[in-house]
Amino acid sequence: MAKVFLYNLARFTVLVMLQVFLFKNIGYYNLATPFPYILFLLLLPVGMPNFILYCLAFITGITVDAFYDTLGVHAAACVALAWARINFIRVTLQTDQYESFMTPAWGTVPFRWYFLYVAVLSLFHHVTFFFLEAFTFHQFHYTVIRILLSCIFTIVIVLLFSLLFYRKKQR
Amino acid sequence: MKNLWLILTRYNAFFMFIVFFGASFYLVVRNNSFQRASAVNSSAQLVGSAYAKVNAWKGYLHLSEVNTQLAEENAALRERLQWYTAPDTLVQGTVNDTTWGVQYRYLVAKVTNNSIHQKNNYITLDKGSKHGIAKGMGVISSSGIVGIVLNVSEHFATVQSILHSETRISAALEDSQAFGSLVWGDQYDARIGTLKDIPNHVKVREGELIYTSGFSLFPAGILAGKVIETGVSGGDSFLDIKVELSTQFHNLQQVYVVQDLLSEEKAQLESQNADNG
Repeated sequence: MAKVFLYNLARFTVLVMLQVFLFKNIGYYNLATPFPYILFLLLLPVGMPNFILYCLAFITGITVDAFYDTLGVHAAACVALAWARINFIRVTLQTDQYESFMTPAWGTVPFRWYFLYVAVLSLFHHVTFFFLEAFTFHQFHYTVIRILLSCIFTIVIVLLFSLLFYRKKQR
Repeated sequence: MKNLWLILTRYNAFFMFIVFFGASFYLVVRNNSFQRASAVNSSAQLVGSAYAKVNAWKGYLHLSEVNTQLAEENAALRERLQWYTAPDTLVQGTVNDTTWGVQYRYLVAKVTNNSIHQKNNYITLDKGSKHGIAKGMGVISSSGIVGIVLNVSEHFATVQSILHSETRISAALEDSQAFGSLVWGDQYDARIGTLKDIPNHVKVREGELIYTSGFSLFPAGILAGKVIETGVSGGDSFLDIKVELSTQFHNLQQVYVVQDLLSEEKAQLESQNADNG
């Protein structure tokens, strides 16, 4: 339990720092900007109480927002991700699984499920984020292209991270 | 109450989502200038367009009231306008303008009598010597030249218009700047005049405009007419050019009397030439 807490704390610190110091400066023009810090929310234990999950999502979002100077946008996106995560897990996992305290990482869950999990949740996050950032449906095509390209970028980076720590998780 | 609590716990994920997302959204709109501006703007737009629509309908309800108001205002303005145009009250017309560099002054006058069908046509104006009009001044209208003041009484003045066998006005062609005398010429059509004394070698094209030359009573550059026919009178060294007069004599209403402030000086100087000759 303490181990899980420490792992998550370390993950939070490292991912948020990477996000605000490294990935903030990476992008394909203005079209694709990666947000791999959502990996922290993705890898939180499955059986976590909803309220704590929402709180953590909100805090993560606010922390990133503080560095991006967009107070509330990332927080809203992370909250949307948390909601999607709760529903995704409830729909796809067995009852005994989603009440256990496992970390949904690539070693412990099958790759196909993991990939879908990452893809769907990052899509939710990015849709919320980019529409809130644009705050208009005026340039709808432009926003949609940004969402799709950023989503692909984020998914690739998240999968690379997962690959890096693959052995460790399997044990 | 129990059921409500059941629903809240059963769908706690959704309700908590609402709460957290609402909080985030509040932060977004509250603290980000762009989102705040656009949120306020869109609401202002909505409100504004709604008001505009309602006002457009409301306007119809007040139409008669507004009409009455406008009519009253019209009447009041007309009353004041009369004050300005009535002959006796135009005092500023007689104030001598001695401003340096100003050669011409214009006095507004109304046509009270007009004729175009005589051999020698005269126009009567409602301003006279009291207002500063003197014999020999030029008269123009907004569309062109009219004539020369012939006689002046205290309140009226008669004008010998271009439509008169004796009237000659110095005018110049637009392109060549060659100048000649504009006269009525054919003496039956009030729209047609003749430009005489233009030398044969001057090229004149149809449609060319004719302006006053500035050598006579009128300031230079006032439109006089348009060439409609370039004819050579047989055996003569001068052209007779048919001109469509720009002044509409048949409905002449308001004219300007041109007062040349330097005419005396000019005449005096030019008289010395005659003495020498």
